[in-house]
Amino acid sequence: MRIGIDVGGTNTDAVLVDGTTVLAGAKAATTQDVTSGIVTALDSLQAQRPFDPAGVGAVMIGTTHFVNALIEARRLAPTAALRLGLPATSSLPPMVDWPSRLVDAIAGRAYLAHGGHEFDGRHITELDEDELRRHAGDMIAHGVRTVAISSVFSPVNAEFELRAAEILTEELGPDVAISLSHEIGRIGLLERENATIINAALRELATTIVDGLADSVAGHGIAAPLYLSQNDGTLMDVDYARRYPVSTFASGPTNSMRGAAILSGFQTCAVVDVGGTTSDVGVLTNGFPREATTEVTVAGIRTNFRMPDVLSIGIGGGSLVRATAGGVTVGPDSVGYRLTELARVFGGDTLTATDVAVASGRADIGDRSRVADLDPAFVAAALERIGADVADAVERMRTSSEPLPVVAVGGGSILLPDELPGCGTVHRPEHFAVANAIGAAIAQVGGVVDRIYSIAPGARDTVVDEARQEAVDRAVAAGADPSTVAVADFDEVPIPYLPGNATRIRCKAVGDLRMEQQ
Amino acid sequence: MSAMRVTQADLVPLARGAAVLGGGGGGDPHIGRLLAERALAQHGEVDVVPVESVPADACVLPIAMMGAPTVMVEKIPSVDQIATALETLARYLGRTPTHVACMEAGGVNSTVPFVAAARLGLPLIDGDAMGRAFPELQMVLPTLGGIQATPMSIVDEKGNKGVLDTIDNHWAERLARSATIDMGCATIVSLYAMTGAQVRDNFVPGTLSLCLDLGRTIERARAEHHDPVRAVADRLGGRVLHTGKVLDVARRTATGFARGEAIVEGLGDQKGSRMVLHFQNEHLLAELDGQLLVTSPDLIVVLDTDTGEPVTTEALRYGHRVSVVSAPCDERWHSPAGIELVGPRYFGYEVDPVRFDGSTSAA
Repeated sequence: MRIGIDVGGTNTDAVLVDGTTVLAGAKAATTQDVTSGIVTALDSLQAQRPFDPAGVGAVMIGTTHFVNALIEARRLAPTAALRLGLPATSSLPPMVDWPSRLVDAIAGRAYLAHGGHEFDGRHITELDEDELRRHAGDMIAHGVRTVAISSVFSPVNAEFELRAAEILTEELGPDVAISLSHEIGRIGLLERENATIINAALRELATTIVDGLADSVAGHGIAAPLYLSQNDGTLMDVDYARRYPVSTFASGPTNSMRGAAILSGFQTCAVVDVGGTTSDVGVLTNGFPREATTEVTVAGIRTNFRMPDVLSIGIGGGSLVRATAGGVTVGPDSVGYRLTELARVFGGDTLTATDVAVASGRADIGDRSRVADLDPAFVAAALERIGADVADAVERMRTSSEPLPVVAVGGGSILLPDELPGCGTVHRPEHFAVANAIGAAIAQVGGVVDRIYSIAPGARDTVVDEARQEAVDRAVAAGADPSTVAVADFDEVPIPYLPGNATRIRCKAVGDLRMEQQ
Repeated sequence: MSAMRVTQADLVPLARGAAVLGGGGGGDPHIGRLLAERALAQHGEVDVVPVESVPADACVLPIAMMGAPTVMVEKIPSVDQIATALETLARYLGRTPTHVACMEAGGVNSTVPFVAAARLGLPLIDGDAMGRAFPELQMVLPTLGGIQATPMSIVDEKGNKGVLDTIDNHWAERLARSATIDMGCATIVSLYAMTGAQVRDNFVPGTLSLCLDLGRTIERARAEHHDPVRAVADRLGGRVLHTGKVLDVARRTATGFARGEAIVEGLGDQKGSRMVLHFQNEHLLAELDGQLLVTSPDLIVVLDTDTGEPVTTEALRYGHRVSVVSAPCDERWHSPAGIELVGPRYFGYEVDPVRFDGSTSAA
């Protein structure tokens, strides 16, 4: 058995699963301290279906806590950003493109030092250890408690980041947390550095929260190891989570999509999550969300996190429905969380998508008699509009002409027809309300390589094999069962204007979590 | 046309418009924009002056980044490196520059000259040497006009400086390319030193203000819920060739340059028809259902259908909803010498050039 927990901004969901079978699911309100909400959810799970805590093999938690802390700019530690690359890069120092509010919130201090690599691994300049020790002295003087280190082309060679970390630890002592950019992001200095600084600023909070999570689970007599969900749908253990809180940022939508896939049985499908205001459409390929290839902005900061590619359209249960000269429109404006007071079926006088669904008989909630007066042709036109817009979004996310099953989750999925034009049957799995927690519970372990290789003539196969093997090794090192690890994603892009067949290779290997026998 | 003063706020639309003129290449102008913003913040705004206002005896030094934009997003050039390239050439020539100029309005090289102009306190000429983006340094109108690329300076971020003096512009490309690779693939070059009179004869006028206007056109169309793709096509005097979804992108590396093909499956009115885009660094050929619609040197621009955001060849990916626009290039590129320099055969495609409107008339 495993337990999956999703700590969202509003609700904390918990599920008990055996393999991919859901044994029980529970919801509780998320609390300020996070832990008491989890305790309540676990109690409720135990009440629904009593289980032996010793029989739980692993506990997986997905949380939006860290991204919310950044957005709200609270509980962030005083942070230094050290970049190795002088004399290159000096015109755009660390945090140059940050909102000043967030620089203030982390008391951010930027340091530039010599070092860095060329694209082919040569040194730009040598590391200047005295310079680093001088910077360390200034960090101490300014009360810095956590440091982000970035070095030019560290995804190609990380030696300078690693050496600089040793020096800073000598000078600052072991209590100052150090985050290294090559472990966090990909090519693109500013974006990778930004993600690393965010990570650094969250390190203290991560320790507090992760310890709290561990305590609340242990408090239930569960001795099983604890894991947190990452952006790409794979797991990290608690030690890793303490060091890389930024890796949890997009785990919410990822877990929701993966949960929907498990519930429906499809490994490759489109997932439509219909909420009150928007419908979010994502695509799973071999069980993992397709990642966005463009930069992602979080709290006004440009990063290159591995985020799932999600398309949001303004159609949800609370979307306003209007008759216009050009036909019936649905959304993008919505009554949002006030649905249960403003919608017609709940006694209000605003016509929403939910009212139309009730009038058509697709859903039976609220007071159906309050929408009996709607013209059936109007209702049909509104539902057709919803179906067409959602089908269009699915179509846009599709990457091949192969048929793609569509799975609908979320409270608003009652709006969707049984057949989407051009997309076929809409699958509606049970337990969709706790899809996030299920997604967390079934997560696997992965390893990623993303690097520029200079490929000599005839050496392509060797380079590709090396990259694949490194991804597999990383997955195993992260806790995957070696017998289950396989390459899940491989991408090879020649880089324009670079000589010597420079090619960027991205490879991800995943496998099942290696479970200790209980 | 009168002079305009470019402020930090203008750089976002200018960079977006430059990506349109990049025709899929020229690099993502984001880093160039950040550098220019920084330079303007530190050294003041830049006066952009019309080509016709430049005195005949002016000393004009154009500037550009050479190498791989992918390297530039990692090993970011500095404001000083950019200024140094210009100063190095001026010192070699023994002249005092009066104006900075742009070599390539498409892509990242639209913003690099703003850094030099702000840092050195010189006016920047509203125009460029291509009117779009091309991958090699001899591919400029001044080559057609008999202007020598060299003496040229080449500068890296480490402080290495070089000056090349070559027998022709192809040799300048060849030697500068080798040096750029050894210097770490992101150099700044200053080349094609010209008088004001030569600039008037050999530049595409007004392309920096065109970039700014294109960027604003896209923003305005979005804000007013008009079709940004149509707005771009209209502003360029071009046409919308195709709207669809990227079905496949195949890339292979041949002769050092990335060569690729993208298939755009028609949607809406174009359902059932299929466009093949042939690209290397820029889009070079567009075929619809086997019929060649347009080739280099005219401009082939791929835009996000909904937002009008220009899409570089590197960012093209499966499922992306895009529209393809063709637009006329500067007429001088259609001369026999122009076609020899940047026509489809130069890039290895054995076809005759086709203009943006499907016509094949030579200049």
